[in-house]
Amino acid sequence: MPFSESFFARKFGVTERDLNRYLAEAMSAGGDYADIYFEYLSTTTISVDESIVKSATQGTTLGAGIRVIAGERTGYAYSDDLSPEKILKAARVAACIAKGPATVDTIGFTENPTRDLYPVLTAPTESSLAERVALVKRADAAARAADSRVFLVQAMYADNLRHVLVATTEGGLTFDRQPLARMGVSAYVRNGEGRPQNAYSGGGGRVGLEFFETVKTPEYFAGEAVRQALVQLEAVDAPAGETTVVLGPGWPGILLHEAVGHGLEADFNRKGVSAFSNRVGQQVASPLCTVVDDGCISNRRGSLNVDDEGNQTQRNVLIENGVLRGYLHDRLSSRLLRATPTGNGRRESYQHIPLPRMTNTFMLAGESDPEEIVKSVNKGLYCAAFGGGQVDITSGNFVFTASETYLIEDGKITRPVRGATLIGNGPESLKHVSMVGRDLQLDQGVGICGKEGQSVPVGVGIPTIKIDRMTVGGTAK
Amino acid sequence: MKAQAQFEEIAAGAVGLARARGATDAECTLIQGDEFSVSVRRGQVENLKQAGARGAGIRVLIGKRTGSAYTSDLTPDGIRAMVSGAMEIAEITSDDSFAGLPEDADFGKVDADLQLYFDDVETLSTEEKIRRARDAEAAALAVDSRITNSEGASFDSYTGYRVFANSRGFVNSYRTSNCSLATVPVAKLGDAMERDYWMTAARSASRLESPELVGTTAAKRVLRRLGARKVATQRVPVVFEARVARSLLDHVFDAVNGNSVYRKASFLAGKLGEKVASERVTIVDDGTIPVLFGSTPSDDEGVPSRRTVVVDKGVLTSYLMNTYSARRLGLKTTGNASRGLTGAAAVGHGNFYLEPGAMTAAEIIRSVPNGLYVTELIGFGANTVTGDYSRGAVGLWIENGELAYPVSEVTISGTIPNLLAGIEAIGNDLEFRGSLASPTVMVGELMVSGK
Repeated sequence: MPFSESFFARKFGVTERDLNRYLAEAMSAGGDYADIYFEYLSTTTISVDESIVKSATQGTTLGAGIRVIAGERTGYAYSDDLSPEKILKAARVAACIAKGPATVDTIGFTENPTRDLYPVLTAPTESSLAERVALVKRADAAARAADSRVFLVQAMYADNLRHVLVATTEGGLTFDRQPLARMGVSAYVRNGEGRPQNAYSGGGGRVGLEFFETVKTPEYFAGEAVRQALVQLEAVDAPAGETTVVLGPGWPGILLHEAVGHGLEADFNRKGVSAFSNRVGQQVASPLCTVVDDGCISNRRGSLNVDDEGNQTQRNVLIENGVLRGYLHDRLSSRLLRATPTGNGRRESYQHIPLPRMTNTFMLAGESDPEEIVKSVNKGLYCAAFGGGQVDITSGNFVFTASETYLIEDGKITRPVRGATLIGNGPESLKHVSMVGRDLQLDQGVGICGKEGQSVPVGVGIPTIKIDRMTVGGTAK
Repeated sequence: MKAQAQFEEIAAGAVGLARARGATDAECTLIQGDEFSVSVRRGQVENLKQAGARGAGIRVLIGKRTGSAYTSDLTPDGIRAMVSGAMEIAEITSDDSFAGLPEDADFGKVDADLQLYFDDVETLSTEEKIRRARDAEAAALAVDSRITNSEGASFDSYTGYRVFANSRGFVNSYRTSNCSLATVPVAKLGDAMERDYWMTAARSASRLESPELVGTTAAKRVLRRLGARKVATQRVPVVFEARVARSLLDHVFDAVNGNSVYRKASFLAGKLGEKVASERVTIVDDGTIPVLFGSTPSDDEGVPSRRTVVVDKGVLTSYLMNTYSARRLGLKTTGNASRGLTGAAAVGHGNFYLEPGAMTAAEIIRSVPNGLYVTELIGFGANTVTGDYSRGAVGLWIENGELAYPVSEVTISGTIPNLLAGIEAIGNDLEFRGSLASPTVMVGELMVSGK
């Protein structure tokens, strides 16, 4: 696509000459590199609560962020006004990080090669509001009809459409159109006046609205949320202490996100503050484990044609047969560590400095039959669904909260247990993986990852795996 | 003041435009602020960020239907597009008989000067901000040779306006400032690394702790984590350091949040007047204490902030409500409406705190023969619908009333109702470092899971 036909050229009259001027201003006090990131974001949220469309919002934000890198120093400024004067002012502020003569004159821009991992003709954000409202109402109706013990349903739908443009002093010019949609249902159930239980199910991706008709329907999410909540009504206290844990396929892959993913982000490793620092080539997991981060799976929530620094995303092997292979880089870390960029430079918005971030992180399938994995456990836990997780990347300790979990007794999945936190240590936990199933599943598309105050959408995945030893934070001894 | 008047005019203009387009009522929020942040690592500036951001949001009512929209474009075109967006949304929402603005008599603001803005935040030079960050990091690195690395230090500041106008003629705007200084040292013992942090935050640069104090406090905190062990699984008394005890207040807030209560999605729903905590426990929400982070002249619907006793000597005395949740519960708003730019108001808290007791933290620790002193909690294992509680913990083991050795990779679990009922001691060390505040708290028994 010629630049003149790109979104920001058409809508805001941005020209290559403007981009050159902004970047030259950014480098007016020296520096090694500068880039500018234009963002135009439209969002919609619709929520049905107590069976009525109680609230809905649409919004628009736009702006440009300018970054100057000088050695290990980064200067950053942004403007929510796309007029040349305001952008030039932001460029001058960002330029203050460097001290020296101007280092950029004329840049010959070349458009980076493009591809389309999310060929969505009509983005959900561009489709009719009525159509989207109908989806949320269907989810609400299905959840209410599912069981008489349901006393409250909250159904939510959110989408956004992001147009971005990245121009760099290296001459890179990239644009992308990034649709994203997600819906979810929270179901609350109780027996009579007994203790309530709640559960959530949701999903989506970089998809068109037809995804919710053909792949995962509102009725599916409603049914799942109610089913999980009803299971909790029968739950007994979770055990306390170390036990064998079997993780079911899909969303429990959040274990990888917390246990290894964050610890392998190159900014922490460049600074030597991660439990995985200086461990490339070492055994950090059982030989059964191969973990990748793959930003180019079609239509996934964590996927991107290009990262937020204009680099193409790719499939990066993090752990291969248990051996640590590499880190996730943004532009700064790959420059400073002289590594190849991995397409993991991401940011929440034009107001934020890019950081190395995950995309879709998962473990490759192994050879075990999932049923055999459960059968092999005499006494332990089976985790089918999780809530959120968190990690201390320096000590390597991580937690995640199991939301649908069962006891395994004599090789059989038996009673459900109450929500409990599981805790482990990143470089140690995966060494205790003794079986890996052949049933790799990616999650349904609801993940949000937070780091240094910036949230970005991500995906996770895992086959059924058996971890011989993990600490479970229950109350039953 | 000129800028402030201009913003009030834009907000009131948006409300007028919505009315002219047929809205029964409308309320507009506008935020304009300047942010600055600098981070320093190993003495060198790492990131320097500076920018001004603004945004407006509107909520319109057409009869009993509502619609919301927001924009970062405050030009007349941007505001018009936002109003149209909200009107369009109101076409697709449902009638909600409880929706609406507060009663006219409810509007108002706190008369006293809450001192939310200090101009020394804006006038503090970039060089001085960098110096403070550098000095904080250097102070931490100088404490002990086992502190081998650092995630750096940062100085952040913000000054800005928040403006609110609605179709009943209520207009309010106020200016706030805040700044903070933090550092994160990393210590090493053998192959094991630990990090911890210390942060000071205030509305005025002159009220921040000194960089030296921030650095040495962070250093002490990280050093005491070195050599951590995993302990055996056992039921013991647990002492929450004041900094982490704040998270318990967060759970109580979620449970007294009127929006959860009217939906019966809280373990405290239907418990007004009942004993929900140990008689030592009195919890207050007060949005009117000058200078503190949780103070505002009025809430985000234009209702004055106030002081509300939520738990009085263990008895649940009030929920925290906005207009909507109060109507649902047949009660009066407590002035706790909270929203970002747009949408139906959620419920927020002012300065939400646990009243201090008489013992010092050291006396509380001395009273425990065998237990856990928690200095950090991680994870999201608190469910205020069911009351289930299970979180990852870091801390120090207490042996015969002394802090004996560091502990990590354990969890603490129980239920929030039992935890509140089991509070046996409260420290005298209440300090407002944010809008949630708690003294040291000791709970008689929780399950600690480890080996």
